[in-house]
Amino acid sequence: MENRHAALGLTDDDVLKIYEKMLLTRLVDQRAWLLNRMGKVHFLVPCQGHEAAQVAAAWALRPGIDWVLAYYRDLGVALTLGSTPRDYLLSLFAKAEDTYSGGRQMPSHWSSPSLKIFTGSSPVATQLPQAAGVAYAAKLRGDDVVVYVSFGEGSASAGDAHEAMNFAAVHKLPVIFFCQNNLYAISVSRDKQMAVEHVADRAAGYGFPGVVVDGMDPLAVYGAMKEAVARARRGEGPTLVEAMVYRFMPHSSDDDDRTYRGREEVEAWKQRDGLPRFRDYLMGLGLLTPEADEALHRRLAAEVDAAAAYAEAAADPEPEDLLRHVYAE
Amino acid sequence: MAIKTLLEAIREALAEEMRRDDRVFVLGEDVGVRGGVFRVTQGLIEEFGPMRVLDTPLAESLIVGAAIGAAAYGLRPVAEIQFADFIHPAMDQIINEAAKIRYRSNGAWSCPIVIRAPYGGGVHGALYHSQSVEALFYHVPGLKIVAPSTPYDAKGLLKAAIRDPDPVLFFEHKKAYRSIRGEVPDEDYVLPIGKADVKRPGEHLTVITYGYNVHLCLEAADRLARDEGIEAEIIDLRTLSPIDKETILTSVRKTGRVMISHEDTKTGGIGAEVSAIIAEEALFYLDAPIIRVAPPDVHPMPFNHKLEAAFMPTVEQQYAAMRDLARY
Repeated sequence: MENRHAALGLTDDDVLKIYEKMLLTRLVDQRAWLLNRMGKVHFLVPCQGHEAAQVAAAWALRPGIDWVLAYYRDLGVALTLGSTPRDYLLSLFAKAEDTYSGGRQMPSHWSSPSLKIFTGSSPVATQLPQAAGVAYAAKLRGDDVVVYVSFGEGSASAGDAHEAMNFAAVHKLPVIFFCQNNLYAISVSRDKQMAVEHVADRAAGYGFPGVVVDGMDPLAVYGAMKEAVARARRGEGPTLVEAMVYRFMPHSSDDDDRTYRGREEVEAWKQRDGLPRFRDYLMGLGLLTPEADEALHRRLAAEVDAAAAYAEAAADPEPEDLLRHVYAE
Repeated sequence: MAIKTLLEAIREALAEEMRRDDRVFVLGEDVGVRGGVFRVTQGLIEEFGPMRVLDTPLAESLIVGAAIGAAAYGLRPVAEIQFADFIHPAMDQIINEAAKIRYRSNGAWSCPIVIRAPYGGGVHGALYHSQSVEALFYHVPGLKIVAPSTPYDAKGLLKAAIRDPDPVLFFEHKKAYRSIRGEVPDEDYVLPIGKADVKRPGEHLTVITYGYNVHLCLEAADRLARDEGIEAEIIDLRTLSPIDKETILTSVRKTGRVMISHEDTKTGGIGAEVSAIIAEEALFYLDAPIIRVAPPDVHPMPFNHKLEAAFMPTVEQQYAAMRDLARY
């Protein structure tokens, strides 16, 4: 097994932590499904299949310094930057303590002023112009800040994506447009969304680089992100990184993907799952043993157990909270 | 104290706020080297440079979305939508984003942006340079809506809007830009958002209005006083949201007769809400039905001068409606 991470500037400890965050993301997502199917939570947006792309992308950012406008599937980004399983599960249960929205939004609508994760909505692509605005403000103030904004390939069809990319290009803004292309906008397949092979093909039309990477290979994603971050910090402007991924689960807990894609296709993509591939890589290099992996699995599962128990027992908002925060108080 | 046009007062407010606070910047189409198509931002790029007086691409959703992002970062953006008629591509950014940011983050984030937009007709602007769009936003919690009628109010309210912690839509009547003049103090002052102003006291009836119609109603009221001794109280709402119920209800309880006048079309307009407030809270003070004086429910407004005139409110309309209401 060839060491691919050293050349990227990643230590052995870094890659073990990346693996840990990928595994944690998977376990949290699986727990969310379990809770949903038990009837304990109403709704979730899964990320399984995207973990490698998300964790590796976030690994290239400086938590609390670089700004993040992450879309609703970006659980791995949130967990990597410092949001916790408890934070996510509190949002899943929509409890008063939910740090993202106090139980107001559907789960996965991240928000953390201290982590510079801006609050997001459900209509797609609206975060892209906002990311350009954050980056413009940072440039106006002369701050060394990079802005990460993520979206699915479905969002790339929205006008806001075009307006934001064009503006970011004009002003050479430090934005990384991170597209997680999982080939489906809910049920609408890629060939019905675009006539080009890749969203990244469009970057040339705006005048900045677009790169396509295997989104199930965290080292490939990290390499592309690292270059995009460096370019942004050098003042050379935006990059569009398109991570090719696959959504193993339906779009949401209310979707049924059997109505629009075959099981063979899903199973074929699962053979490329980033999580076991990266585990094999680490084991091949002797950085991880089956025993250590099992111990890690147990530790993370216990953390998720505790977070779920805490969130389920946490208090609901009070009815009068409905009226708060419409305007400044 | 100097006499200034409404447009000059707005320009002064922008320049003074930009001098006072280096977080304030303006963005929009043609706001830079051209100084805005109405010249509101004239001179700003020379004083503050192109980064703080940003000429944007023709993309309204981007203008508002970028303002939201810049505000999140800690700046105080003032976005200009060149004509209110062009604001619709930014509706999602305004209604689903700006208005909800504080609420959806449980108070963790805020959106202190100002969106300035020239609105209103009577300037040969036809269907897409004449619209009044305030009612479209009036239904949305989380937004503040300001529509001043005088230079003094415009300057004080724009300063308040820029300093406000929440998103403010600031509608500037384009017919008033250069035709309405008034005294504007040289010293810094701020007027409170959410406070109406009694522009003319009167005891016989209450006229609730805003924007350019304030001037039509004031002229009609002066004539009516001269002709018939009828004294109309003219309330300029100034802020549409949050609306100043107290000033409205105090006047209604005094006069017992209410006319609501606006340039926006009648159905579902601000007048509908004002009359509902009065019906709910002051019905038994009324001596006559509430009347709304507003253009018909057609698209404002055709280019042909006769059709435009047929749409636009007039002093005569206001006069006749006030007189009939007083006689009821």
